[in-house]
Amino acid sequence: MSVAELVADRRTKALQERAENRALTKLTIGPSPWVRVGALAALVVLAGLWLLPVAWGAVTSFKQEAEAALPASWWPTMGWTADAYRQVLSNSDLLIWMGNSLVVAVLVTVLTVLISAMAAFAFSQTIFKGRGLLQWLTVASIMMPGQILIVPLFRQMQVMGLVDTFAGIVLPQIVAPVMVFILKRFFDAIPQELLDAARIDGAGTFRLFWTIVLPLSRSILVAVAIFVFIGAWNNFLWPFIVTTDPQFMTLPVGLSTVKNAYGVQYAQNMASAMIAALPLLVVFMLFQRRIVQGVATTGMGGQ
Amino acid sequence: MTVSNAGVTAPPGRALPDSRKPSGRPAPRTAARGKSLRERDKSGYLFVAPFAVATGLFLLLPTLYGLWMSFTNQSLTGTGSEFIGFANYAEAFSDPQVWQTLWNTVWFTILSTVPLVVVALVMALLVHTGLPGQWVWRMSFFAPYLLTSAVVSSLSSWLFQPDIGLLDTWLAGLGLGPVGWLTDENVAMFSIAAVTVWWTVGFNFLLYLAALQGIPAQQYEAATIDGAGGWRRLFSITLPQLRPITLVILVLQLLASLKVFDQIYLLTAGGPNGSTRPILEYVYDTGFTNYRLGYASAISYVFFALILVFTLVRLLPSKKEA
Repeated sequence: MSVAELVADRRTKALQERAENRALTKLTIGPSPWVRVGALAALVVLAGLWLLPVAWGAVTSFKQEAEAALPASWWPTMGWTADAYRQVLSNSDLLIWMGNSLVVAVLVTVLTVLISAMAAFAFSQTIFKGRGLLQWLTVASIMMPGQILIVPLFRQMQVMGLVDTFAGIVLPQIVAPVMVFILKRFFDAIPQELLDAARIDGAGTFRLFWTIVLPLSRSILVAVAIFVFIGAWNNFLWPFIVTTDPQFMTLPVGLSTVKNAYGVQYAQNMASAMIAALPLLVVFMLFQRRIVQGVATTGMGGQ
Repeated sequence: MTVSNAGVTAPPGRALPDSRKPSGRPAPRTAARGKSLRERDKSGYLFVAPFAVATGLFLLLPTLYGLWMSFTNQSLTGTGSEFIGFANYAEAFSDPQVWQTLWNTVWFTILSTVPLVVVALVMALLVHTGLPGQWVWRMSFFAPYLLTSAVVSSLSSWLFQPDIGLLDTWLAGLGLGPVGWLTDENVAMFSIAAVTVWWTVGFNFLLYLAALQGIPAQQYEAATIDGAGGWRRLFSITLPQLRPITLVILVLQLLASLKVFDQIYLLTAGGPNGSTRPILEYVYDTGFTNYRLGYASAISYVFFALILVFTLVRLLPSKKEA
């Protein structure tokens, strides 16, 4: 596909979407301009309210420390400065924590998606003794809130010598029974004739999995991966418990330890918050459509 | 999100050879599933093994180990532990802190769940009008959900900062005194709930939005022809159709709110005067600050029982609806 084609494609899509939205407006709120203006005003107010804390943090992060401690103002009278960012990047382990978070989130994502997809495939497309029992166990473990396992899990990690290691942070996070079920539902919908035909042609189970089932399920795999990644990147409680050495802390844990150390250095505090917030916001901008779809198809919560 | 038949299309005017014709009707499930070809497949074990091992090691084992621990006086300092029967549970039931933190958890759940459902619904209805700026609205409402709890608590404690914080500055501008957002026992939990709504409402908003997009346009068209106005359509078409998803969101939200820890620990550390400490933080404090692993496990299981009862009670009526 050439660039020109891509641009043209984008443009037709955008036009289509605009037409769809206009039709939607007609359908939902009818022709009245007043209702329209009212709804738009409500949206502006809500969105403003929702952006406010981040905007306020961003403004603060570009102030001089002396000014940040003065009563609130949206425009720094002492001038804009990136001092806080320079300070934070050179004096704290922020970049190390960010690297750790990336390593942890990538490992958790790859391992979770892989073992969940394999298990879902086994439940969906193969028959073996004890399959029913295992499926039942998987359903039961969905109800197990991971948070209540922190005490015994920490003990286990001590015994296994995994405190302050990446393995210790990652491994307990890769068990995601919910994902197994989301994927199994999807694999169940693959036309059986297709798989049977491949089997008749002599494809082994591994080939079936790699060359047919996984490629056909790309969309759901990406949705699951994005969710697992966001969860792992933002996870606080478990990494907080299993790391004591700053060299192994993930971003959320590291940030929580320096918050108090900064004391009254508000600009630096906000600068590190902004740096920490940036990566996922960029990910969201890149994958907005997929994330929105992913929430719809996976629809699982958690704070 | 459907699985296409691997792109088998017939060139115009030529039928496909029989063997590759996509069948018009779904294959009879019972016959196709299982029997002939899958029956001989013995590799299922291999595929399920990694997940089974991980689940065994990091979910089942700690569940059982924690249960056993709750009957011992094990300590974090690692010296031996002995079996003490139900002593931990007896202590837990008579420990005022357990009841206090349980109540705090429930109180937080009540305060946060209602706005997390209602505000999400209002946002979704507004965005679903198709008004211009779709991308901006979605981004603004969902973006906070992508922040980690440490960032959320940094941002909000800066808003709540006494005297020089944004909120107190505004109040001063209106001639009102400062409010102890996080330091006043009567206010702190409300502040935390507000922060939580700001932080996580985006997820519920997207769930509602997806549900709204699933309502067929024909229904609206029919209603329009019948002369139903915008409000009438909202109350007789849109809202009734959202009932099932509302139930899902409500349950997910209740379960999520009950497990609150991060933002409270980071914003107030359970203060002022223990008024915001949730039960999970009490587990954490007991186990990792006071080293009483056995007792911490017992409190965990009391809490788990509560969640389990809630989950099962809610599963019973759902069978009827299905």
